[in-house]
Amino acid sequence: MEGIADLLHGFGVVLSWTNFVYMLIGIMLGVIIGVLPGLGGANGIAILLPLTFSMPPTSAIILLSCIYWGALFGGAITSILFNIPGEPWSVATTFDGHPMAQKGQAGEALTAAFTSSFVGALFAVIVITLAAPLVAKFALQFGPAEKFSVFFLAFCSFVGMGKEPPSKTVAAMMLGFALAAVGTDTVTGGLRLTFGSTELLSGFDFLVAVIGLFGIGEILLTMEEGLSFKGKATGINPTVVWQTWKMLPRYWMTSLRSCVIGCWMGITPAGATPASFMSYGIAKRSSKDGEKFGTGEIEGVVAPETAAHAAGTSALLPMLALGVPGSPTAAVLLGGLLIWGLQPGPLLFVEQKDFVWGLIASMYLGNIVGLVIVLTMVPVFAAILRVPFAIVAPIILVICAIGAYTVHNNTFDVIMMLVFGVAGYFLKKCNYPLAPMVLAIVLGDKAEEAFRQSLLLSGGKVTVFWSSPLVSAIMALGLIALFWGGISKGLNRVFARRRAAPL
Amino acid sequence: MSDPSKAPGSPGPGQRIVEMGVALFILALGALAMIGSLRVGIGWGAEGPKSGFFPFWVGLIVVLASARNFWRAIAISPARLFAEWGQIAQVRKVVIPMAIYVALVPFFGIYVASALLIAGFMRWLGRYGWLLTLAVAILLPILIYVTFEDWFLVPLPKGPLEDWLGL
Amino acid sequence: MGVNEMGWRLSAVAAATAMAATLFAPAAKAWEPTRTIEFIVPAGTGGGADQMARVIQGIVAKHGLMKQTMVVINKAGGAGGEGFLDIKGAKGNPHKLVITLSNLFTTPMATGIPFSWKDMTPVSMMALDEFVLWVNAESPYKTAKDYTDAIKAAEPGKFKMGGTGSKQEDQIITVAIDRVTGKKMTYVPYKGGGEVAVQLVGKHIDSTVNNPIEAVAQWRAGALRPLCVFDSKPLPVTDKIAGDKAWADIPTCKSAGLDIEYLMLRGIFMPAGVPKEATAYYVDLMKKVRDTPEWKQLMHDGAFNQTTMSGDEYAKWVENEEKRHRDLMKEAGFLASN
Repeated sequence: MEGIADLLHGFGVVLSWTNFVYMLIGIMLGVIIGVLPGLGGANGIAILLPLTFSMPPTSAIILLSCIYWGALFGGAITSILFNIPGEPWSVATTFDGHPMAQKGQAGEALTAAFTSSFVGALFAVIVITLAAPLVAKFALQFGPAEKFSVFFLAFCSFVGMGKEPPSKTVAAMMLGFALAAVGTDTVTGGLRLTFGSTELLSGFDFLVAVIGLFGIGEILLTMEEGLSFKGKATGINPTVVWQTWKMLPRYWMTSLRSCVIGCWMGITPAGATPASFMSYGIAKRSSKDGEKFGTGEIEGVVAPETAAHAAGTSALLPMLALGVPGSPTAAVLLGGLLIWGLQPGPLLFVEQKDFVWGLIASMYLGNIVGLVIVLTMVPVFAAILRVPFAIVAPIILVICAIGAYTVHNNTFDVIMMLVFGVAGYFLKKCNYPLAPMVLAIVLGDKAEEAFRQSLLLSGGKVTVFWSSPLVSAIMALGLIALFWGGISKGLNRVFARRRAAPL
Repeated sequence: MSDPSKAPGSPGPGQRIVEMGVALFILALGALAMIGSLRVGIGWGAEGPKSGFFPFWVGLIVVLASARNFWRAIAISPARLFAEWGQIAQVRKVVIPMAIYVALVPFFGIYVASALLIAGFMRWLGRYGWLLTLAVAILLPILIYVTFEDWFLVPLPKGPLEDWLGL
Repeated sequence: MGVNEMGWRLSAVAAATAMAATLFAPAAKAWEPTRTIEFIVPAGTGGGADQMARVIQGIVAKHGLMKQTMVVINKAGGAGGEGFLDIKGAKGNPHKLVITLSNLFTTPMATGIPFSWKDMTPVSMMALDEFVLWVNAESPYKTAKDYTDAIKAAEPGKFKMGGTGSKQEDQIITVAIDRVTGKKMTYVPYKGGGEVAVQLVGKHIDSTVNNPIEAVAQWRAGALRPLCVFDSKPLPVTDKIAGDKAWADIPTCKSAGLDIEYLMLRGIFMPAGVPKEATAYYVDLMKKVRDTPEWKQLMHDGAFNQTTMSGDEYAKWVENEEKRHRDLMKEAGFLASN
């Protein structure tokens, strides 16, 4: 266990008062960034990056990576309270987190989300500590075909699980794919579906769609039912953290599975967003309370948050070891490393031991500090729901608009957000599921890109998707996930018919 | 099955007509995707599918599924309500100010537009006093300005007021 | 034609005045930015252009070269078209800069997105990025000749070249190689240079034309092997980087029978119609940036070709380069049909 000794050395590097202060500042900034949909972890890091050039690299990376942890924590807050995902990977958290808040359990939902995030990150850091070189080798196995199979699996494990009529699920999902296709076709470099509009060059951004469909749509639904949030009655309960913690160990299996999914998706690197969806989908299927998912199940918060945070953390590994960023935030950090004269890649672990193990040690500490900070804030966050709707609603609208604008610095996106919002209201009232649509917007062009890259490599032969054991295994898993849903539905129907027959 | 709390007359738009409309709208988007795909080519070249291949088939599925949804919508009882008129009016109270807001942003910048939106909302929907209304409506944009522009250096759309202030 | 001519005249005037302004720097010093500078990157986060923009931002902040702050904004949509259209639409705004890569030329040609460098005012050329032909270190090819011989001997499409983006610099070079060998390679586009390098390490593709900085880490780790550099002379950096090899030890492709030269512009532009004093200010600012040790370090690490230009000379260079790209794109069949 050479890793452990290195890690202890790393703690020695990190543990100083100045670094601890940087850690606190980083987490606080990160939480703010995570809460505001207009700011992503990448923003915060990009903006502070120049300021950190005069610091020693280890301190700088601690400050910056703590912003990253803070943002991962913070993304859950608005998802749960207002149904607005602050970050793409917290979309799946809204599915059960927001219904919990509506039931008056905002504190429980927040505690569960923060704790799960912490567990996921911790698991990922342990994986990095113990198996960094091995994991990096595993990541090298992933060519386009393998990547496509991962997207395929993520999709299969999520779709086909709602109570909505299948034709509506299909329509919503395929519409998502169509929206994802708008803009530049990365494979040929040409434009498509833009109909000559320069506004549509960059396509429909996932965040704009999500802010509209979920955030604005939710406000419209709330308005329809009168001027208040349904979860208004939440009291401030300082013991909510302990009470929730007592319940969480029950979901250890879900947590563990979500950790594994998250790490895998972070390393490959598919990213935190698909990881959270996939984890939610699998949890819903395998839980005995799966039917109740979407109505405010705590397990439905645990699964996506654990996976997202595990993925977000493990995404730093391919960046450090291979120089391939697993997320936009990691990409900016990568730029930072270069400016400090650190060359990410296989040799970083050999040549820059202080830096690498200092960073890894700061991952442990930063997450612990982050967890303590956000948990103490839980009652405060939950109390936001007590602000009257007529004050909070316009503020949410403004923040949504800023969020949509900052995606491409384009006011056209603000218009699109409103369009998506109104569409979301109608779709929801007409019983169209929004989640598969959102997943399709996220994964659509990535999956298509990987698919077409694979075919380029194979000379147009579709057999590439079962040409190697790794691809075949993942594809098979995907097919099982897809049909398992159908089978269990079929079985349910048989049972239902039998029960109905005697009447 | 259907909602028993219906009043006589026409208390609101029917679910049937709205669902039919939504299905048609999605169908139109699907058709649009197909047309756009045809322009860039939907074939399967020697090196895999062309640009329009995926969007075309995706669009076709959207069209087919929407046709089915339309068919199902026809079967919905005409008596089922989508929402009451009063509820629709409530929704309009957000959509219309929001539409105005979105239209104002490119010309007046996000700060002035936001102040107007918040003030309007609090004053006419929340019936708050002028003092609180103005306090929130003015302080919040300033807070946003400080956070985004000063702190995180994220430029947001600005208008004549900001130009005049030299920000 | 009218539009073109006007654009040309505009930029020529701007360039000439920029030149004049640098000559009389103290006199023209009057202009200073009065608000935050938006530095547009017409590419995604983490790529070469993005990194360079962030280094410039960092250097300006660290050395206090400017009173106002500089913000980097990525507008990658439409192969960078989004970013360039933003500059085109910001006519007369002296608080916007854009860093360009080859998509300045290739994007309008390949997609028909309506912009050209003539919609902008050239500020200065910061450097030229080199291209190197890389293969996996475990492959049997020791020289560019070994590799091209293997391509010639195999059936078309057998060898796979990975690159960044589609119908851009990497694919232009690939098509040029095709023409030399007479056999077509399969070109596979990826999102970023780092990803391309890792795909080569994982042997999913046979070769790449990564920029030095994108692949150096893998070279040093012994995973990749450089075969030749697409420049007229070997790279200038002589430090030993990978074992006993230095950048300077990589032969030119021309010497290996691949008569292809390609360098990519890393340059700064600003919107059209800006005051000439403003352009002069930025020319001077960029000069100060290039004099810092951090910049020199970046140039050294990335083995950049340190040609710099500004003013008239730069505008002329850009014009020639556009012509050259039009020819290259035409030959490769990459021009948009409309």
